[in-house]
Amino acid sequence: MNKPLAPTGLNLDEPLLWEMGKEGRTGFSMPRRDVESFPLDDDLAGEGPDFPDLNEMGVVRHYTRLSQWNFGVDTGMYPLGSCTMKYNPKINEKVSQLKGFAGLHPMLPAGMTQGALRLMVELERFLGEITAMDVVSLQPAAGAQGELAGMLLIHAYLKSRQMKRNKIIIPDTAHGTNPASAALCGYRPVRVASGEKGILTPEAVARVMDEDTAGIMITNPNTLGLFEEHIEAIAHIVHDKGGQVYCDGANMNAIMGMVHMGRSGVDVLHLNLHKTFATPHGGGGPGAGPVCVAKHLAPFLPVPRILEENGIYSLSEDFPQSVGRLHSFFGNFGVMIKAYAYILSMGAAGLKESSQLAVLNANYIKEKLKSVLHLPYDRPCMHECVFSDKFQRDRKITTLDMAKRLMDFGFHPPTIYFPLVVDGAIMIEPTETESLEEIDRFIEAIRMVAAEAVESPDLLRGAPKRCRVERLDETLAARRPCLMG
Amino acid sequence: MRYLPHTREDIAHMLKVVGVDRLDDLFPTVPDGCLRHEALDLPEPLTEWELDDHMTALSGRGECVSDGAPVPRNFLGAGRYDHFIPESISYLLGRSEFSTAYTPYQPEMSQGTLQAIYEYQTLTARLLGMEAANASLYDGASALAEGLLMATRITRRKKVALSRLIHPHYRQVVQTYLDPAGLEIVELPFLENGRTDVSGLQGVDDLAAMAVQSPNFWGCVEDLGTMGDMCRENGAFLITAFTEPLAYGILKNPGSQGAHIACGEGQSLGIPQWFGGPGLGMFACKAKYMRNMPGRLVGQTLDKQGRRGFVLTLATREQHIRREKATSNICTNSSLCALSAAMYMASLGGTGIRELARLNYDKAAYLKETLRQAGFQIPFASPCFNEFVVEFPPDFEATYNRLLKKNMVAGLPLSPWYPELKHHYLLCVTETRTRADMDALVKEVAS
Repeated sequence: MNKPLAPTGLNLDEPLLWEMGKEGRTGFSMPRRDVESFPLDDDLAGEGPDFPDLNEMGVVRHYTRLSQWNFGVDTGMYPLGSCTMKYNPKINEKVSQLKGFAGLHPMLPAGMTQGALRLMVELERFLGEITAMDVVSLQPAAGAQGELAGMLLIHAYLKSRQMKRNKIIIPDTAHGTNPASAALCGYRPVRVASGEKGILTPEAVARVMDEDTAGIMITNPNTLGLFEEHIEAIAHIVHDKGGQVYCDGANMNAIMGMVHMGRSGVDVLHLNLHKTFATPHGGGGPGAGPVCVAKHLAPFLPVPRILEENGIYSLSEDFPQSVGRLHSFFGNFGVMIKAYAYILSMGAAGLKESSQLAVLNANYIKEKLKSVLHLPYDRPCMHECVFSDKFQRDRKITTLDMAKRLMDFGFHPPTIYFPLVVDGAIMIEPTETESLEEIDRFIEAIRMVAAEAVESPDLLRGAPKRCRVERLDETLAARRPCLMG
Repeated sequence: MRYLPHTREDIAHMLKVVGVDRLDDLFPTVPDGCLRHEALDLPEPLTEWELDDHMTALSGRGECVSDGAPVPRNFLGAGRYDHFIPESISYLLGRSEFSTAYTPYQPEMSQGTLQAIYEYQTLTARLLGMEAANASLYDGASALAEGLLMATRITRRKKVALSRLIHPHYRQVVQTYLDPAGLEIVELPFLENGRTDVSGLQGVDDLAAMAVQSPNFWGCVEDLGTMGDMCRENGAFLITAFTEPLAYGILKNPGSQGAHIACGEGQSLGIPQWFGGPGLGMFACKAKYMRNMPGRLVGQTLDKQGRRGFVLTLATREQHIRREKATSNICTNSSLCALSAAMYMASLGGTGIRELARLNYDKAAYLKETLRQAGFQIPFASPCFNEFVVEFPPDFEATYNRLLKKNMVAGLPLSPWYPELKHHYLLCVTETRTRADMDALVKEVAS
């Protein structure tokens, strides 16, 4: 590596699709017409949409150029806290495109889909084993939908015991999807503050837990990158008053093979396959958010469920207590394939080692940067660590300024301004797939940005300078929304 | 392991910096009661080559497959469609700048995703005749649920009407989403002609929304114009769902017929069938409801130098800002599938989509007519797009199963969801079925 700043390169402009195109061009090989035309009612016939006509190379160049304006994990380090931006193995992409998987219609008779059903059953078992929970549903399409599933499961379970509760406890460090999902289920969030060590205390939970509270939504490890050490006592307090413990498993990457979720008192948890299990983020999705439950919640799981008898698999909706269906079919099978392939490639030792190295990487960064950025909780962290912009405030430099300048050094910024409990939070999660060299380069870049904050703060305020565009006016975008061309 | 770059020396060096002796010592904060002592019981890790073999074998596994083809020649639609996907799209999706990127919260280094999704929003809105489209939801079913919740939020009414001819799975998902909100769902029956019967809604004025699917589950095109008028009169939202957006290549789009929200499944637009998921929840509405929409929105803006750029916008609707007051809990969506759809719509073009839609329509009409001439009942008179219902004779099940062994799937039996349709099957024909395929099917069922 010669200089720390990202060098410039040739990067081409590209118009919007409808600014290109000429009527009559095509980028599609129209299949042969082997039938005559049939009449179409005038009442129903429409004009068709106003789409541009483009040739194939026009489309390929368009998207090739657009891709060059982007930054992916394959481009460089992406230390987004709680997102687990680890390497996405290419063999997993390939196997997800096997014709026998990609071309499979979900409504085929079960006799024709045994391979797919077997994959799902095995994945359910793997995830149950990894989390040490009893039964799994792969149906939720994302973490947030997994959270909704969890809320519905708890609601149904309590109802089956003639209990109707209206509130749920949510820590101040929770991800926004937690209260949003709870609200969808009709639960009013009751906020509980984390203690001075950055984790929940049993006393604080006991103060708010009552017989009108369905339970607690706890993220473990939490969004400060800390293990909720009092989880057992907290679970006890919640269970004692008839409530249930929901665990947001987004941070599972810290604890695979190390922690027994079931023993810690969790009743239901969700996983993010697009985080812990290395399926690609796709610029925002698709992902998958399976739920893993203790036995007593199994009757309420979404349908259909997959049954196995003598090695033959079938789908069944015959679960009268089920909360119902959440997905058009069975969940994001195309994503499940990749997670399944990942688990088969890593094995037990590989997954445990991944978690250990993820935690090692994060602690290493924490030690190296704590003299440069303010570290609100100077304690052993798990797979991510949280800093703040406290040291930079006297120069009127913010977390946002530092994040924007970091781009000029060739890194995607960490998660910023979350969790809310830390003012100007900077949440760094390197994941286990980053090498020591890359991490050292990242640390060096942060050091340089922090130095610039003192010596030449205008460089930060004007950043980024080496991206395709400079800082964008988000206020203008919201004030005069232009959502389509 | 090839995904883990740490050497023994790296680990030793880093442990020293952190101040512990072994990797196991990195977990001092995990209490004993939570520790897992037993090793994970998972299969021995496979090499890349073993994994490839294993997955190939698994993907070919089906009892009824006898001619070696991994995928049957089927006439199945019902919410998931077999369409040709140009190789150029599969190739472009392999560009990892798209697939391995995160949600574009840092817009300056995500202009690729942002412009591509802005284009997707535009093409979607144009396809559906709407003025704003979001950056995707999970699938058609959850999109419909979100649409109904949105209508109840805006109208502050607690009753919705749902056609029985909406995909049965979608109606199940709607039930799951709407139950906790204590909303009342009224079911709309069907008419003899295969369309939804809305007569029961005359004069009903406490409806938040009426939802229909067009083309509906039986493939029939609904009379959206009349429904639009009715909804305008009683202040309810008309929500049009769909499972086959290609239909709007030749049919009047929902926006032109008075729909307030159009939401459905975009899998037909360049996304593989994938055993039912991931899908693409397409969601669009009229401009005045923009601020009530669920999901992410990409908007156009300018940078410091006055250059055009794109950002996520109106985020105050979303969970990371509004938390329990958000318009939805959605975070991760179906972005890469939206990108696929945009590429597909761009490749097809305006001229191409009309031609392809017409081809689908004509092929389905050909099969319908050929079956009718072979003596089979076509029970519903309403026009269809690329799916239709046939009433086979009472003993058809034996024929159906015989055809499965020949790798031919003669549609989907409807009786599980419509017990009154005992011998009715839903058949779908897309551009992927040839005249020869269809003639072969008719010959087999008629014999």
